[in-house]
Amino acid sequence: MTAAPFPVGQRDYSLVGPDSRRAVEIGLASAEWYHSDVPRAVMKDLMKRTDGPAIRDTILWFALLIGGAWGGIYFWGTWACVPFLFVYSVIYGSSCDSRWHECGHGTAFRTPWMNDVIYQIASFMVMRNPVTWRWSHARHHTDTYIVGRDAEIAWMRPPKTLTNFLALFDVIGATRSLLILARNATGRLTPDEKDFVPESEWGKMILAARIHMAIYAATIAVALATWSWLPLMLIGLPRIYGSWHMVMCGHLQHAGLAENVLDHRLNTRTVYMNPISRYIYWNMNYHIEHHMFPMVPYHALPRLHEVIKADLPPPNLSILDGYREVFASLRRQKTDPEYYLRKTLPPSAKPYREEFHTLNIARSGT
Amino acid sequence: MPQWIRACATDDINPEDLIRFDHDGDTYAIYHAPDGRFYATAGRCTHEDVHLCDGLVMGHLIECPKHNGQFDYRTGEAKRLPVCVNLKTFPVKVEAGAVFIGLT
Repeated sequence: MTAAPFPVGQRDYSLVGPDSRRAVEIGLASAEWYHSDVPRAVMKDLMKRTDGPAIRDTILWFALLIGGAWGGIYFWGTWACVPFLFVYSVIYGSSCDSRWHECGHGTAFRTPWMNDVIYQIASFMVMRNPVTWRWSHARHHTDTYIVGRDAEIAWMRPPKTLTNFLALFDVIGATRSLLILARNATGRLTPDEKDFVPESEWGKMILAARIHMAIYAATIAVALATWSWLPLMLIGLPRIYGSWHMVMCGHLQHAGLAENVLDHRLNTRTVYMNPISRYIYWNMNYHIEHHMFPMVPYHALPRLHEVIKADLPPPNLSILDGYREVFASLRRQKTDPEYYLRKTLPPSAKPYREEFHTLNIARSGT
Repeated sequence: MPQWIRACATDDINPEDLIRFDHDGDTYAIYHAPDGRFYATAGRCTHEDVHLCDGLVMGHLIECPKHNGQFDYRTGEAKRLPVCVNLKTFPVKVEAGAVFIGLT
């Protein structure tokens, strides 16, 4: 492919604008991406589905939710409720994202209904329309960080650092999510939503939004009837005061890396994390591996990492290490939106796929 | 009448697995079911045009490697979102240790 690289300048991140049309024209949309070589027998073993790990993790998930809620209710009005609500809120407001994600892929459990039930519960917790987001996430995997195609680009250039880090206590994101659900519940869909969600699913989108909004309305009614914040502290607000871990991990996935490339090693980041964060995040810290092979379940990602790490850029060694890199890159992007961090591959790795972004490579940092 | 094209040897595909077969500019997927039978479908997912040959065969389902949509490869029926459009299937016969796909 010898098409010209993307022009330097302002980007249009909408899914119906000029960048979207250009991505289609030059073959960046729905393209074939680079994959590390993995022997078929090894890949089949990695892809194999099983219920065991996700059932174990889900029992613990519910135990933490129920235990946290119990302590929050029992000790409500005293300082003793704080540690319980801290645990409850992180399990509700952060781990909901990884459960939504893995069950949306259908890889967490072998049994389909288990994936579907947890997907619906987690979608409610994370305030996402379960229909819309299934499709937007499919597009995120098809066209990862392709401008005008990917509806889930968190760090648009030039980056708005303050806005994105205010999201650590996700007031902006949660409010936006709630407004989207409210709009969907009235039957209104945006052009972007109509672009990536098939028309056959629009009715289900609206129904799901109405169910979510009905639950929130009932929670508010109970809060008013009891004249207490407690119902809202248990339903809805944990999406704000417990989302810090989700946001902290989520920003590491792609921030400061390349756009408009067809090689996940250039636009995605793998970060080594502590076991508690890996439980909350369901191993999505192995994010290059997940994007390259999305059919590998979360519990097999550490094994996949060992299989292909010689073909990947070196992972960040900790969350802090990842953020040092992210901040440095974002600082550059504020003044030079064309900049992105291009990591050096180990000698054992195959070269990056570069045919679409020769110009950007010349401007990138290492 | 279909034209029978040799796709592979029967032992080229492990049970509960598939391979890609390219012919005359088109790509197909040839399956070896757990019950020993062979099947053939179009080689690309109807959702986003991804090659199915890297996907996972589970029983009589093929899962797309990109978005985890699933088809019953015996009938081509779309079984799990995001796939909504059925997969085209082709007749298959096995003769003298080889798998033939019937193309019209």
